[in-house]
Amino acid sequence: MIDKTLPIEEALAAVRDGHTVMVGGFGAPGTPFLLLDHLLQQGVRDLTLVKNDANEPGMGISRLLEAGRVRALIASHIGLNATAVTMMNRREIEVQLYPQGILAEKIRAGGAGLLGILTDIGIDTILRESRQLISVGGREAILEPALRADIALIHAATADRAGNLVFARSARNFCPLMAMAADRVIVEVEAVVPTGSLDPDGVHLPGAFVDHVVVLDQLTPDYGVLPQHVL
Amino acid sequence: MSYKHKIAARAALEVQPGQVINLGIGIPTMIPDYLPQPGEVLIQAENGILGIGPRCCGGGEDRNLIDAGANYVTLAAGASCFDSAVSFAIIRSGRVDVSFLGTLQVSANGDLANWIIPGQMTPGIGGGMELAQKARRLIVTTAHTTRDGSPKILPRCTLPLTAKGCVRTIITELAVFDVTPQGLMLRELARETSLDEVREKTGVSFLYPEGEIPRF
Repeated sequence: MIDKTLPIEEALAAVRDGHTVMVGGFGAPGTPFLLLDHLLQQGVRDLTLVKNDANEPGMGISRLLEAGRVRALIASHIGLNATAVTMMNRREIEVQLYPQGILAEKIRAGGAGLLGILTDIGIDTILRESRQLISVGGREAILEPALRADIALIHAATADRAGNLVFARSARNFCPLMAMAADRVIVEVEAVVPTGSLDPDGVHLPGAFVDHVVVLDQLTPDYGVLPQHVL
Repeated sequence: MSYKHKIAARAALEVQPGQVINLGIGIPTMIPDYLPQPGEVLIQAENGILGIGPRCCGGGEDRNLIDAGANYVTLAAGASCFDSAVSFAIIRSGRVDVSFLGTLQVSANGDLANWIIPGQMTPGIGGGMELAQKARRLIVTTAHTTRDGSPKILPRCTLPLTAKGCVRTIITELAVFDVTPQGLMLRELARETSLDEVREKTGVSFLYPEGEIPRF
């Protein structure tokens, strides 16, 4: 029977210097904090990261940014991470910013075997200056190329050994899209259940998109309720 | 009541039962406290929830349940959770009836500038462009002037735009304006202000109804 579970170090051995790595999560939920922390220890560098945001200082991908391991960041909004904004302004990292749903669609297109998408979002803004414009039925549109990655690192609540995934609440966000758009997909999960025990109608991402399942023994404080966001 | 709560309370009156609404960061997140029929409105959070309930406090926080501003929230009856592509399909296909956003500048013809001050502030684009361009109605909730007192409502935005001609209504602590084909139209005045004060603090001339101007 298929068993995709693997120790964390073996799973992450696939990540190489210079890789493009998609990282799930919108803020903390969905961010694979432990995969990222091990990646930092492993020492890879010159990475291009794709994530909705830049987490917050001292957390998640910010640790990789702060350690100088990241060459470029493709994101939507990094306003909660002043460190990342400063690094961008000092040109220590190259940052490309996209409208959030367009970033999601670029990734979705990459995962769906498409070459790109056509959109009018941002057509009247400074974004048009750096975009390829084409006419669609007489309407002006921006051509956004699809986005793919060497690696996707995502977090899920539950997996079976075949890699079928279930996400929790707002922790789904970019995770399933990124899993579809990367050559190798590593998911960390809070629980693994026997194959056959997940309701097929309740699977959020089919196991075909998942290469390695890393089962977390325990969660670090990064995964908990963050005091800075409690009322 | 602080000026922010005053704006939020007035903005809540623009929401109709049965609508899907999206709340930007800042003042818009205070609007749910003032909705006349909160159970009859679906609040979308663009990180993947339709149907968020009140903000969470007192230890009941769910680590997996935040809104797009990273606040811990609850789920209302009838809520659903989904991925970011579905979330923005809801927005770009016009299923959001009202989007409330804050702003840096807004122009008399409804241009919105709220995402970048070149050389000073570049937090990113987030969901703002898509909400501004595709929500059925965009309402801007903002302080009437900047902290140094200069007008935010202008003949033309000087900052890079978020979207062109997208704003339908502007709600400040002093006034409610509608963007009309004839120009900016004053709809209501705050009780504490006067037409002269609003004229002085608005960077562009505006139309106003004849007779008594309604107050809020």
